[in-house]
Amino acid sequence: MRYLFLICVEPGTTVTPEQANPGPWVDEMTERKVRVLGDRLRPDSDATTVRVRDAELLVSDGPFVETRELVGGFDVIDCDDLDEAIEIASKHPVATFGTIEIRPIWPMVR
Amino acid sequence: MTRAEGAVVAAFRDEWARVVATMIRVTGDWDLAEECAQEAFARAVDRWESDGVPDKPGAWLTTTARNIAVDRLRRSTVERAKLQEVAAVMDESTVDESTVDDDRLRLIFTCCHPALPLEARVALTLRTLCGLDTTEIARAFMVPVGTMAQRLVRAKHKIRNAGIPYRVPAPDLLPERTAAVLAVLYLMFNEGYAATGGADLVRGNLCDEAIRLARILHTLMPGEAEVAGLLALMLLHHSRSAGRVSAEGELIPLSDQDRSLWSASEISEGVRVLEAALRSRRPGPYQIQAAIAACHAVAPDTDNTDWSQIAALYGELTRWTPNPVVELNRAVAVGMADGPAAGLALVDALAATGALAGYHLLPATRADLLRRLDRPSEAADEYRVALGQVTNEAERTYLARRLATLEPS
Repeated sequence: MRYLFLICVEPGTTVTPEQANPGPWVDEMTERKVRVLGDRLRPDSDATTVRVRDAELLVSDGPFVETRELVGGFDVIDCDDLDEAIEIASKHPVATFGTIEIRPIWPMVR
Repeated sequence: MTRAEGAVVAAFRDEWARVVATMIRVTGDWDLAEECAQEAFARAVDRWESDGVPDKPGAWLTTTARNIAVDRLRRSTVERAKLQEVAAVMDESTVDESTVDDDRLRLIFTCCHPALPLEARVALTLRTLCGLDTTEIARAFMVPVGTMAQRLVRAKHKIRNAGIPYRVPAPDLLPERTAAVLAVLYLMFNEGYAATGGADLVRGNLCDEAIRLARILHTLMPGEAEVAGLLALMLLHHSRSAGRVSAEGELIPLSDQDRSLWSASEISEGVRVLEAALRSRRPGPYQIQAAIAACHAVAPDTDNTDWSQIAALYGELTRWTPNPVVELNRAVAVGMADGPAAGLALVDALAATGALAGYHLLPATRADLLRRLDRPSEAADEYRVALGQVTNEAERTYLARRLATLEPS
């Protein structure tokens, strides 16, 4: 199964770069062949929101919904089941001070 | 009831969970599994009447349920994928006796998966393992049937869509996942135990179901001391059922209960299960709570209860689960073992922390200790504070009666 991990941190959380360094985790999960892709995301202030309503293009600055937690990164994980996904997420450094939301990917049928 | 009907009723109690658990594994479809199990029991009513009750009702029911599943899958479509499913369902080796117990264990762990909301875990356990229908579960938890139906549907969808595995967790996960299962069983038991009278029979039934599941779990995981601990704890609490509620439906405090009404067989079984668990020397909070319940259960009356032992056990329990309510219980036990002054000192220290502010049993306990110290006016004041905080009707009646004994008539 494929899962999207949303790596979330509350604004104002202070951690050392070593605590937040995902490098070893990325290496381990890539080696295990469960991590498909992933990256950090630039902050909300760099987000752009696009909508088309009645054929009119609406472009605005910032995220569509303001949330308490910021999505600071994402990973696409391909593993056996939710138990393995939970185990992988629990090893992510951000899990110790932020939150990892696991969303099952709903494959499109074409 | 005819002999065949009686046999079906008995088989439903003993075999429902096994049939559903195996059908979920071989079909991978929770709804299909339940429907086929239900249909198999319906067919048994007629078939056992005409052909006699089979030697192995469980095997008959599983085979029948599997044949029903094969028919349904064949009729529903002729796609290649479906035919593969049919082949898998038809494979006899998937339902041999030895895998069937594992199936029930798989089902218990999947129903109690921490990724499901707690109320859904309880509902799903009652539905698939105990065979209660949606209406019964809704009544037990006092929610509308539609709400309960939706809760069950959502839980089954999440199991499928989120990839919650149908298996017993790996050894490294087993302790915490077993604890999650025990929490569900204990919650189920307490829901039933909180119910008091005849009108609450459906809820009271939850106690029996929780004990039955704990027995099954104990049989399947005999080496898990805390599983035995929870079974013992529930048996020992349940042994007092007949003595703890008056004919008017009022709760009777432990000290005033007619102990001859307690179930001697449940007490002896509870004590036996607990002693076996304690011998494994792997203590845990359920075993400690069961040991406390056992101290009460084997005592002839309140005065001849081993309160020092109970106080020590509460002290031990706070090391496992730090909790101000446990501290309060310890203070009560110390008050019985070493006298009310010693108990009051602990209660006052606990009150000073503010952790139990607004909890009616704090002033009620203080009141009782002050009464025993012959300080009636202070005791009366504390009973009044408790009466202002209590929400349960039975407890309110009890406190009001206690207050009345202190006030000059």
